[in-house]
Amino acid sequence: MRRRGHLGSEADRATFRALHQASLASPALREGLTADSADRAIKHLRALLGTPALALTDTATTLAWDGTGSHHRAQAGALAAMLVAPVGSDPTRDWTRTVEPTQLPCSTASCPVRTGVISPLVVDGRVIGTVQAFAPTTTAGLIRATEEVAQWVSGQLDLAELDASRNRAMEAEVQALRAQISPHFIYNSLGAIASFVRTDPDRARELLLEFADFTRYSFRRHGEFTTLADELRSIERYLLLEQARFGDRLQVTLNIAPEVLPVVVPFLCIQPLVENAVRHGLESSATVGHLRIVAHDRGHECVVEVEDDGVGEDPDKVRRALAGDASLDSVGLGNVDARLRATFGDDYGLVVETAPGAGTKVIVRVPKFAPGVSAQ
Amino acid sequence: MSGDAVPGLIAVLAVTVATLAIGTWGLRFSRTTSDFFVASRSVNPRLNASAICGEYLSAASFLGVAGLLLVGGAQMLWYPVGWTAGYLVLLVLVAAPLRRSGAYTLPDFAEARLGSRVVRSACSLLVVGVGWLYLLPQFQGAGLTLESAIGAPRWVGPLIVGSVVLVNVMSGGMRSITFVQAFQYWLKLTALLVPAMVLLVVWVGDGRPAGSGAGDSWSVPVAGGGAIGLYGTYSLMIALFLGTMGLPHVVVRFYTNPDGRAARRTTLVVLALLGLFYLWPPVFAALGRVYGGDLVAKGNADVLVLELPRLMVDGVGGELLTGLVTAGAFAAFLSTASGLAIAVSGVLTQDVTSRFVGERGPAGTPGSIAPAFRLAAVLAVSVPVLVALFATNVGVAQSVGLAFAVAASTFCPLLMLGIWWRGLTDAGALAGLAAGGIGAGGAAVLNVVGVQGSGWVGALILQPAAWSVPVAFATMVLVSLATASRAPLHARRFLVRLHTPEVLEVGG
Repeated sequence: MRRRGHLGSEADRATFRALHQASLASPALREGLTADSADRAIKHLRALLGTPALALTDTATTLAWDGTGSHHRAQAGALAAMLVAPVGSDPTRDWTRTVEPTQLPCSTASCPVRTGVISPLVVDGRVIGTVQAFAPTTTAGLIRATEEVAQWVSGQLDLAELDASRNRAMEAEVQALRAQISPHFIYNSLGAIASFVRTDPDRARELLLEFADFTRYSFRRHGEFTTLADELRSIERYLLLEQARFGDRLQVTLNIAPEVLPVVVPFLCIQPLVENAVRHGLESSATVGHLRIVAHDRGHECVVEVEDDGVGEDPDKVRRALAGDASLDSVGLGNVDARLRATFGDDYGLVVETAPGAGTKVIVRVPKFAPGVSAQ
Repeated sequence: MSGDAVPGLIAVLAVTVATLAIGTWGLRFSRTTSDFFVASRSVNPRLNASAICGEYLSAASFLGVAGLLLVGGAQMLWYPVGWTAGYLVLLVLVAAPLRRSGAYTLPDFAEARLGSRVVRSACSLLVVGVGWLYLLPQFQGAGLTLESAIGAPRWVGPLIVGSVVLVNVMSGGMRSITFVQAFQYWLKLTALLVPAMVLLVVWVGDGRPAGSGAGDSWSVPVAGGGAIGLYGTYSLMIALFLGTMGLPHVVVRFYTNPDGRAARRTTLVVLALLGLFYLWPPVFAALGRVYGGDLVAKGNADVLVLELPRLMVDGVGGELLTGLVTAGAFAAFLSTASGLAIAVSGVLTQDVTSRFVGERGPAGTPGSIAPAFRLAAVLAVSVPVLVALFATNVGVAQSVGLAFAVAASTFCPLLMLGIWWRGLTDAGALAGLAAGGIGAGGAAVLNVVGVQGSGWVGALILQPAAWSVPVAFATMVLVSLATASRAPLHARRFLVRLHTPEVLEVGG
């Protein structure tokens, strides 16, 4: 007979408790090993081990200390440094050490920090810190438990490293996006400007200045976010340059609600869409192309639509582009979609309405406020 | 009454049509690239200030102030003074930092500052509470207006106006488009200014008769009744001075400013525009002492502004002026009620109804209005309409005063301490919001259900701000000090951002 609420044997309950403590420590550790994250994780780790005192260190200093005997705090860092130095960062050796009472000089008679177990934290094949458990006496059980905890923490830190590298990859993609604008567009723009140099020198001069401002914005190094107003200003410059090239073949209509101009958006999240629209909507056909950019105020969010009446696209191809298939032409699309989702959550991905021969409409929704998102 | 109803009906129709027309076509005409700089220029402070005033000047300002002054005399001047001076506090202490925080609503600010979902939810709850408390007198005022203008029974007004507002909000026809709201301000000002001028001329033509029965007490700026009266006056001042910053539909308008500096300039213009508007209700009240004595006797002072033109000017002229003030009054509750309903439904959508209904419309129509928002709008409007039908009529301006008291006892401490004190913690904020909300909110509920005390108890319930605001501040500070370890890590960085002027634009 099993009743609801019956949690199994004592051993089962111990397992549940251990798993629960581990799950409490995990979010902090997933941010990487810092004094702050160590501070938040350490009390759960100590509950897991059940020792009177526990320390987390990097390779030279103590990051966090939990439990009694915090006057030993500085010693933990020194122990870590001392043990890392001879072994180096070679994690293949059996590295866990016990600490004798002689290495823990203490004037307090009742202090339970007499002996300790030190186990390394290994991430990506390198020792980056230690877990140190202290107790009146060292048992084989404590050594084993400390080793296991150190390995589990290492695993979490590995995952943190993975998160960090994913973010770095995303940043690299933004950098690539900045660089990606250049080749075609630069040749074409300079060509168009050159054609005005003799016939209309003033216009050529203005276009060159627009070109300079445009590149300055696109290649700017700092800041992940910008305001919709700045993004639109850059798009304006881009369109002026494209119109110099295409003349009356490019018809642009704008309809911007001024209320949404201060909205903070990821840097270069609209411009690639406009570029796509010009490229796909116009370059392939010889007739006049219409481009429409609309920004609506929708209460707590804003909606931006970029629409062209060009050749359109196979919806399946678009779906693959959004899924990140880099072999396709619309590299910008997948990148913008990924960054919007990463910033505002999965509800805020791109919506693309298209069919072959029916033009393309890309819709971006952006919330007016999201925690941690600001233009400065 | 059928003959009397014509100008009122025409005025109401004209306001509705004009509002919808501007909303639909005002800023919708398309532009080409050469106009791009025009298209992508932010809303300038003057236009935004007009819009804030348009949304802010409610039926309480348009109708209530003149009525209060007529009955209560100079002590009631504190209402228009307080409603204006609230923006001075906003200007000096809150406007620019709030804009720099990037928050769109008050719950957003709480989340950004304290990093706590719980405090966010508490703020959402309070926004809905303050919004409902503020919507209630709008619908009651609507009942009064329609009764006076068309002769309809009083319960018709809340129902009709509630439905109009609901349709407006749900169809998106009167979203908080800056241009529409700015138009509403100038309409309201004209609707008060022109009749006031004409009536003044009539009064001078009549040989400037003095008011009847205007005793000394009418011109004393403090309520009678000794210490209790003094308490009531000060309490009202505290509520109005500190409550403005916590009004949900005012705060969202500041988001439209491009930066903190523009937010300050906007507030400055708002002060001027409100000052200009509030000059005129006292004129109506003073003339009412001369020509509208019957209204006081009938206990119908709130309709003074609507009735006075007819009482003073005969024939077509009087009807035209009546039409104009009716239009202004209708604009007053339409714009404020719509603005509030949108703010309340926005919060309800984000934090309540989207959990039950999908937030997004059917695929392919992301621009359409989501079912969650519709549900929220129905909730936001129907609750105060129902209360307006069954609750006792507290008086338009007094009821608004209670909404201010709740806002002053909850959001004012949160904003002030959140912006100016690093030590605020989530636990402290929550405790303070609870203390102020239960204190002032409880008093407001007692008022709405008609509980009245006598002497000091009555005064403390009728004007709770003087005790509930200090209680809320003290609770927030003390609990924050007791839970100092919970202070968010980013507090210092966040405050630096709030108080650093935007730098001159360096390098695009």
